[in-house]
Amino acid sequence: MTGALALEATLALPLGTAALLALMPGYRVGAWINVFASLVTFLAATSLFVLERPAPGNFLLVDDLNIVFIVLNTFVGLSAAFFSASYIGHELEVGRVTPSNLRFYHAMYQMMMFGMNLALASNNIGLMWVAVELATLSTVLMVGLYRTHEALEAAWKYFILGSVGIALALFGTILVYLAAQPVLGEGTPAMVWTNLLVAAPRFDPAMLNVAFVFLLVGYGTKVGLAPFHAWLPDAHAEGPTPISAVLSGLLLNVALYAVLRFKLLMTANAEAVAPGPLMIGLGLLSLVFAAFMLYRRRDIKRLFAYSSIEHMGIIVFAFGIGGPLANFAGLLHMVMHSLTKSAIFFAVGNVAQIKGTQKLDQIRGLTQSHPALGWGLVLAVLSIAGMPPSGVFMSEFLVVTTSFARMPVLAVILVFGLLVAFGALLLRLTDVAFGTPTGEDHPMTGSLLPLWLHLALIYWIGLHMPQPMVDWFQTVAAILG
Amino acid sequence: MSSYAFDISHLLAGGLVLVSFMMIYQDRMYALLNTFALQAVLLGLAVAWQAFTQEAPHLYATAAIALVFKALIVPWALHRVVARMGIQRTVETVTGVMPTMLAGMGLVALSILLMLQLTEAAENALAREDLAFALSVILLGMLMMVTRRNAVTQVVGFMSLENGLILAAAGAQGMPLVVEISVAFSVLIAMIVIGVFLFRIRERFDSVDTEALDAFRGERQ
Repeated sequence: MTGALALEATLALPLGTAALLALMPGYRVGAWINVFASLVTFLAATSLFVLERPAPGNFLLVDDLNIVFIVLNTFVGLSAAFFSASYIGHELEVGRVTPSNLRFYHAMYQMMMFGMNLALASNNIGLMWVAVELATLSTVLMVGLYRTHEALEAAWKYFILGSVGIALALFGTILVYLAAQPVLGEGTPAMVWTNLLVAAPRFDPAMLNVAFVFLLVGYGTKVGLAPFHAWLPDAHAEGPTPISAVLSGLLLNVALYAVLRFKLLMTANAEAVAPGPLMIGLGLLSLVFAAFMLYRRRDIKRLFAYSSIEHMGIIVFAFGIGGPLANFAGLLHMVMHSLTKSAIFFAVGNVAQIKGTQKLDQIRGLTQSHPALGWGLVLAVLSIAGMPPSGVFMSEFLVVTTSFARMPVLAVILVFGLLVAFGALLLRLTDVAFGTPTGEDHPMTGSLLPLWLHLALIYWIGLHMPQPMVDWFQTVAAILG
Repeated sequence: MSSYAFDISHLLAGGLVLVSFMMIYQDRMYALLNTFALQAVLLGLAVAWQAFTQEAPHLYATAAIALVFKALIVPWALHRVVARMGIQRTVETVTGVMPTMLAGMGLVALSILLMLQLTEAAENALAREDLAFALSVILLGMLMMVTRRNAVTQVVGFMSLENGLILAAAGAQGMPLVVEISVAFSVLIAMIVIGVFLFRIRERFDSVDTEALDAFRGERQ
C-alpha cells in the first residue's frame, strides 16, 4: 500500500460510508458499520506514519504537522463512534429520537469525519474552507437531532454564528489569494499552501495583516474563542453526547489547525505584523472568561463546554507565544485536551442516562453508586483540571514555565486563570462524585471502555511520554516557528 | 482596461452597497424580501460583467446561481414561509432606523478607507474598488443580522453578507473555486431556509440573543 492510497482511504472511506449509512435501514447495523468504518479510517490514517508520503498536490498534502491532527482526529472519531454505538440505543428507547433520525445521525457522523479529514489534509486554502463548512453543517444537523425546543435553538444559534464566522474566514481567504496573486500568478497555484509558504516573504504585508485578522476572527469563532464563543456551550449541551465529545475533541482542533496554518504564513513574512500578540490576547481572554463562567454552571455538559473554551484559550495562548518549547506545549495540550475532554463527555453521557438529567444539583455520589463510572469521571476531571500526573499537567506546566521565562506578566494572568478554573472544577467534582447518592437510578447502557482507554493514554503520556512522540512533537514545534 | 468596462462594474458594485442601505430601512417583511431579490439581481449582473471583462467563463455559472437561486427561488420560498407560518409582517428592530443608518455609513467609510489604502499598490483599479464595496456589503449584512430580532430577517442579513463575499471572490482576478464556493453557499442557504420552515423557528424563538437563551436552560434562577 502506498501513502497516496492511505490518504485517499482516509477521505474516501468516510464519504462512501456516509452514502451507505444513508441507505441502510436498521440503526443497530448502522451503528456498527459506523464503528467499523471509523476503525479502518483510523488504521489508514496511522499507516501514513510509516508509508512513503505522497508528493503534495494542488489539493491534498500530508506533512509532519497535519499527520498529528489527522491521526488524533480519526482516533477520537473511532472511540466516539464506539461509545455512540453502545449509547444511542438508549436514546431511542426513551423516545428522544426515531429510527430514521438515527439513520440520518450515522450518515452525518461519517460526513462530518469526511469534512474534518479533508480540512486537515487539504493543501488548498479554498478547499480547506469548503471542508470546514461541510464539517460545520453536518454538526449543526446533529446538534439539532433531538428536535426539542432547546436543541433547535442551540442548532440555530450555532448555525448563524458559525456561518458568520465562516463567512469572515472566506473573506480572509480571498484576501490571502489577492496577496499571493501578484507573486504566484492567477489560478489554483496561488491558493496552495506549499506554494504560499515559499512565496510568503514577497507578499504585500498590509494585505496579509488584514487577511489574518479576518481569518483569526472567522476560524476563531469555530475554535470557540471568547468573545465569539456564544454558540459553543449550547451546541455542546443540547446535542447527543457523542457529538459533544467530537465537537470538543475534534472540530475545535480543525479550526485551530486552520489558524495555525495562516499563522505560519504570517511569520514567514518579515514585514507583516506578528500574529503572536493577537493570539495571546484572545487566548488569555478566553481562559480567564471561561474560568469565571465555570462557577455559574448548573448543567453538567455546559460546565465542560466552558472548560473547552478555557483550554482552547490555553492552547491558542501557547501557540501565540511561539518558539519550540511553547509550540511543543501547545501541541501536547491540544492532544491531551482532545483525549481528556472526549473521555469526560463519554462519562457524562452515562451519567445523564443514569440520572435522567443533566442538572448538576441532581447528580450526587457517583463514586458510591457507580464506582467504575464515578472514579473514571473523577480521574478525567482531575486530569482536565491539570492535576499531576496527567498529561494535561505536563503541558500546562510547560506553558506556564515558558511564559514565565518569556513574558512574566502574562504568566501571572495565565496562572490566575488556571487556578480559578481549577477551583471551579474541583468544587463541582466533589458535589457530583462524592456524598450520598441521590436522584434517579436508571440502568446504564453506554460502554465504559472508551473512557478508560482514553484515561490510560492520558496518564501513560503524563507519566512517561514515549520517545518517538517527543521527537515527533519537537519536529512539528520547530516547523511552527 | 477601458474606462467603460470599469464604469459599469463600478456602477454595479456600488449598486449593491446602495441596496444594502435600502434593506436597512425596510420595515415590511415582503418589501425586505423584494429588496433582497433586487440585490441578488445586481450581484448576478456584476458577476456576469466580471466574467465578461476577465474572460472567465466559469463565473457565468456563479452569475446564473445568483440570478436563479438567490433572486428567484429563495425570495419566493421565504415569501411562502412568511405567509404559511403567519410571521409578523413588520420587521422588528433592536434600534431605530436612524442609528442603524448612521452606523452603516460609518462601516462603509471604514471599509473604503481600509481597502483603498490596503490595495494602493495593486495595479488593477477594478479589484481595488470592488473589494472596498464588497467589504461594505459584508459589514452592512452583519449590521442587519445584529439589529434584527426575527429569524427570517437575520437570514436575509446573512444572505446579503454572502452577496458581498461572492462579489469579492468574483472581483479577485482569476480566483479558482469561486463556483464551488458559491455552490457551497447555496447549499448552506437552502438548508437555512428549509430549517426555518421545517422547525418553525419563528414560533419557537425569535432571537439568537444569548441572554434570552440562557433563561431556558436553568442557568438562571
